[in-house]
Amino acid sequence: MLNQLNGKTLLLAMILVVTTLSGCGSNESNNTINNSSRLDTVKSRGTLVCGVYGNLPGFSFVDESGEYSGIDADLCRGIAAALFDDPDKIQFRNLSAQERFAAVKSGEVDLLSRNTTWTISRDTSVGLEFAPTIFYDGQGMMVKKASGAKELADLNNKSICVQSGTTTELNLADQMNKRGINYTPVVFENPDALYAAYEQGRCEGATSDRSALIARRASLPQPDDHVVLDVVMSKEPLAPAVANGDSTWSDTIKWITYALIQAEEFGITQENLSSFENSNDPSIKRFLGLEGNLGEDMGLPKDFAARVIKHVGNYGEIYQRNIGEPLGLERGPNKLWTNGGLLYSPPFR
Amino acid sequence: MKKEKIPFWRDGKVIAIAGQVLVVLMLLIILGVLGNNLIRNYQQLNIKFGFEFLSRPASFDIGNAPISFSSHDSFMKALLVGLLNTGRVTIFGIILATGLGITVGIARLADNWLVRFLATIYVETFRNTPLLLQLFCWYFAFFLQLPPIENPVVIPGPIFLTNRGLDIPWPAGTTQTWLGLAWVVLSVIFAIILWGRRMKVIVEKSESGQLFQGIIIILSLTTIIALVFGLDWRVPQLKEEVIQGGINLSTEFATLLVGLTVYTAAFIAEVVRAGIQSVNKGQWEAGRALGLNYSNLMQLIIFPQALRMMIPPLTSEFLNLTKNSSLAIATGYSDVYAVSQTTLTQTGKDIEMVLLVMTTYLTINMVTSFAMNWLNRSVQIKE
Repeated sequence: MLNQLNGKTLLLAMILVVTTLSGCGSNESNNTINNSSRLDTVKSRGTLVCGVYGNLPGFSFVDESGEYSGIDADLCRGIAAALFDDPDKIQFRNLSAQERFAAVKSGEVDLLSRNTTWTISRDTSVGLEFAPTIFYDGQGMMVKKASGAKELADLNNKSICVQSGTTTELNLADQMNKRGINYTPVVFENPDALYAAYEQGRCEGATSDRSALIARRASLPQPDDHVVLDVVMSKEPLAPAVANGDSTWSDTIKWITYALIQAEEFGITQENLSSFENSNDPSIKRFLGLEGNLGEDMGLPKDFAARVIKHVGNYGEIYQRNIGEPLGLERGPNKLWTNGGLLYSPPFR
Repeated sequence: MKKEKIPFWRDGKVIAIAGQVLVVLMLLIILGVLGNNLIRNYQQLNIKFGFEFLSRPASFDIGNAPISFSSHDSFMKALLVGLLNTGRVTIFGIILATGLGITVGIARLADNWLVRFLATIYVETFRNTPLLLQLFCWYFAFFLQLPPIENPVVIPGPIFLTNRGLDIPWPAGTTQTWLGLAWVVLSVIFAIILWGRRMKVIVEKSESGQLFQGIIIILSLTTIIALVFGLDWRVPQLKEEVIQGGINLSTEFATLLVGLTVYTAAFIAEVVRAGIQSVNKGQWEAGRALGLNYSNLMQLIIFPQALRMMIPPLTSEFLNLTKNSSLAIATGYSDVYAVSQTTLTQTGKDIEMVLLVMTTYLTINMVTSFAMNWLNRSVQIKE
């Protein structure tokens, strides 16, 4: 019998079998999608996998002993603190500019906290969901002091080192074309190679986010020979991001981030947290979970905000610790709205 | 006696078919699961699979593009620029690596102890260290250490060496250039035919072949004159801190070309050495017994036989060079891989871009393979 079956019939039969099998599979898994959130996965795993950069002082930087520091790393710690009451229940994953989106979309990391600019195309067509901006930056240009360049026009016919796959690469093209400046981009994947080539004189200018340039300038052999121009070439709102299509998890990240900002607005710090336990202000009581059940509706403990503050402090403390003191960068637009900045948390109510 | 029927689990035919069915079934299940996974994840992330994005404006610039490219051009054109960049580094790399490799390979067999020793050092050094490391060395320790543009090293030609790369003379691309080039190509073809004739009369008629030699020398002289004066060269000149005229080979291109050439040549040298050594000693002796001198012996007897051994492994080296050119991304050269990585990050179309890059390299290498296989067939013994 079998001998008489020819190849085509066999193939057809097999395709039939496989399509039915995979059909069953998809029904089953569709059901599970709707019920489970990344939040449950993270909770049952007991650690948060956080995608960071690991090579940018002030944002996320690994020191010799393997310790992470920086505002991006502290945001991860804040989320781990809210979920587990322990800021160290984290696995950091270093991601390059190329790897970052695939890593978060495929679920390799739970959260991308990696000085990533929030743009419409990344939000809508790349498949990401952004949490609120934690650092308002702008693109700058670093040049050698000896070149005497004061503005972008002085870089006509020069080479500019830029990192590939970043918004700065796109903004550079926009800004230079707009001003009719002719330039040669030298595009590197690895920022270490980029700044080494710049330092060796391959390019007259190196461009990146201003905060990154200031951090990089400090680590060059002769920082005083280099200057970051006064020009701001773009808006770079740096924000954490999660994969699209999981509103429970993106809400969690969003409100933990807001809690950092709201805590600063209330004036609650790591040190004076205990003094607020007897506060009469109902909004502070709600915020700290002494009253009501704000956190519970999203699957977090009631006192998630208090946990975050206890372990990592409020936004102002995080900023001062990672960027203000080590890099000497003024807060500028990263002040609270009450002080004329852009940081504004919706009410915790 | 009744012929006993073989039970089906021992029937060779049935087993063969069942085995194939099982393999195909497993393959289909794997593909099905993967495809299903992909579709599900795309739905969940609310993104679409498709290649329409390729016609959208790229909005990034590419330095040193071989064809004019601006940030308003499409991703498709950006990838084409990358492909041309890969193409030029690969083609020049293959030509230079083959030349250097043959030289070193023959040097490995030289009678002179010093030549042989140096060739061995070269091969063992470059064959046994990672290419990425070599590229970084070339880039940071050699090309970026060249003087800045205000103070270039000029070698006669003129060739300007700066940390911006090499500025070399280049034909202007006028009618005169093309006429000159046509003359050069025709002369070369004619010379090859004449060389064949010359060898034939030497071997078959025992003539000196001096007439052919004379014509070839005259042809070579006119070709050299056409090359030097006929192509309408534009020479680079330094004006106000900008080098104009000629063509600029960027530091990154030079790094990759030199790195790939030197690395691959070390492997090719070994292929050449193995090829020559694989020719039976009796062939050398028989050739000498016929009264052939070294150069004729090499050309007529040894090399054609060695070539048969060399071509298959040589093909692998060419394919490796092509694939290794994707290390361009480390030293800032915009090859097709670097451009596709940028496109991938700017658009978030991971799967599409990975498929596209795989197809691209597969196509390039298939073409190389076919060409080399054809060459291989043409040098094999015809029976």
